[in-house]
Amino acid sequence: MVVRTPVAGPPSRYVGVRDTGPVRFDVMVEVRLRAGVADPQGATIERSLPTLGVEGVRGVTVGKAIRFTVEAGDEGEARSIVGDLVDRFLTNPVIEDATVALAVTA
Amino acid sequence: MTVTVGVVVFPGTNCEQDVAEAVGRLGAAARILWHGDATIAGVDAVVVPGGFAHGDYLRPGAIARFSPVMGAVQTFAAAGGPVVGICNGFQVLTEAGLLPGALKKNDGLKFVCAPTRLRVETSASVLTGRVDAGTVLSVPINHFEGNFTCDDETLAELRGDDRIVLRYLDNPNGSVDDIAGICSAGRNVVGLMPHPERASHPLLGSTDGAVLLAGLLAAADERRTGVRTSRQGASF
Repeated sequence: MVVRTPVAGPPSRYVGVRDTGPVRFDVMVEVRLRAGVADPQGATIERSLPTLGVEGVRGVTVGKAIRFTVEAGDEGEARSIVGDLVDRFLTNPVIEDATVALAVTA
Repeated sequence: MTVTVGVVVFPGTNCEQDVAEAVGRLGAAARILWHGDATIAGVDAVVVPGGFAHGDYLRPGAIARFSPVMGAVQTFAAAGGPVVGICNGFQVLTEAGLLPGALKKNDGLKFVCAPTRLRVETSASVLTGRVDAGTVLSVPINHFEGNFTCDDETLAELRGDDRIVLRYLDNPNGSVDDIAGICSAGRNVVGLMPHPERASHPLLGSTDGAVLLAGLLAAADERRTGVRTSRQGASF
């Protein structure tokens, strides 16, 4: 990430520009069963709802939320790191896929 | 010289002593292989036993597959070494990519601990070389996530190549095609959800698991000595 601030120092091609180093990102990976994979947990929850007096709820699915922070040079690099982690470890691609939400740590 | 069976232990594994006992009674020597050591210490066969490696955290076997010992197990399997994954071990082998498919939660969402009847579907695997196809065995299961699944293409491949090793007679968990155990293309890696070590002594209610473990020992011995003693001449 590049920040423009006045800098005292040797003249460079990019006067006034300083690299602030790696950025920390908040990541939320939501792991879900792939479409077409039966979800008995979701089905059980859905079936239980009328007993609680709730009608009209359909399509209940249960997944996992995995949260962490990661350090990277920029968002592209962060997404690449997280994507690799998701493919190799956080999901079993035979039965799961995931969505990734990523933002610079406030 | 006796066959040595390496039994892998992860934090949370709990069936290694039963496997060691069972193969010991069949005349083999058992060696516990700690997951943190990147070696299988020259054993003749590897068993990845049941339990709850890493507490089944993230997914059963998901963390275990990255343990240092698994690199050595992969190399051994690639060279044709006999590897059997029992229950959690089957889960570890699918996560590690040594076997296809995945094990999902049981359809009824109940943990099932019960004897099951299995039919041997092929003698051409390191586990079933001492038993005829068609034989029915009583072997217990003990799992919550033993529901084998794979895509249609993989299922067609398993069926076409005779790689379904064991099927349930009364499917207890919803496994596709009643699959209880499968093998790799090389037929030297077998994964099954039932526990043969828990059916290896009269006191346990069944000795049907012993013939499976005996098959593994025979396959290991053949590979070591080059002398074929198992029923079917599958090449490993």
